[in-house]
Amino acid sequence: MNPELTDRAFAPTAPYLVGREKVREFARAVFATAPMHHDPEAARAAGFADVVAPPTFPIVIAEATLQQLLAEPDAGIDFSRVVHGDQRFSYSRPIVAGDELTATLRVTSIKSLGGNSMVTSESAMTDASGAHVVTSISTLVIRGDES
Amino acid sequence: MSLLDGLEVGQVVAERSFPLTRDSLVRYAGASGDFNPIHYRDDVAAAVGLPGVLAHGMLTMGFAVQPVVDWLDARGWVSDYQVRFTRPVVVDPQLGAVVTVVATVAAVDESGARIDLTATVGEQTVLGKAQVRVTTLA
Repeated sequence: MNPELTDRAFAPTAPYLVGREKVREFARAVFATAPMHHDPEAARAAGFADVVAPPTFPIVIAEATLQQLLAEPDAGIDFSRVVHGDQRFSYSRPIVAGDELTATLRVTSIKSLGGNSMVTSESAMTDASGAHVVTSISTLVIRGDES
Repeated sequence: MSLLDGLEVGQVVAERSFPLTRDSLVRYAGASGDFNPIHYRDDVAAAVGLPGVLAHGMLTMGFAVQPVVDWLDARGWVSDYQVRFTRPVVVDPQLGAVVTVVATVAAVDESGARIDLTATVGEQTVLGKAQVRVTTLA
């Protein structure tokens, strides 16, 4: 792992338009059956503009920033050795269909532990007005040659 | 009734079992865009030394919070959610796997609560430090 990754500035991703059918598809895949994920009327009754994305939906958008990280030629990350260690989503407000979200990646820490490397990164997602919506924080464990 | 009325630390607010099949993994792969073949191909899983095809960690994280979302109904929302992936969930081609989730109140304050999750397959825990912050809707 290249420790200088923590200083690097990554370009914001192209805006991701959250679609109503994508929210429904993702909701079905994670057994999210609550009406607010599927029915715009139920979502409006709860005070939201449109169907609400399930809590882990931002991982779909964070995928684009993960690809940025893996594509860094000097990152030294072999994807076949990568294991997802932990994950967090920290919200300012729920995501709803119609949101246009832009993610900006930052590598916050790189550690070595028993021959493995652990890289923690944050993808901060903002809406079309520039307001913060959610930050996805991931730690990836890159297994060393011995394990 | 307000979300926080009568809520006490230690109270179990939701419990649910999720039967997973290979179909569940294919559906999640398509919905999430994570097409790593260790989540649907036995030969690839075996070649990299895994005990079998594994559920996506993010699938387990995704459904483990649903009992809390259903319990909240329209009284609140999930404002923070974190897990540690401690053990992979092996999904047998015929038998699948069953993940059981229990959601317990860990702390209560004026604007919401922290709910801790346990997720187990048989006797084994598959998520660690699984914490959900729920915030009341004004």
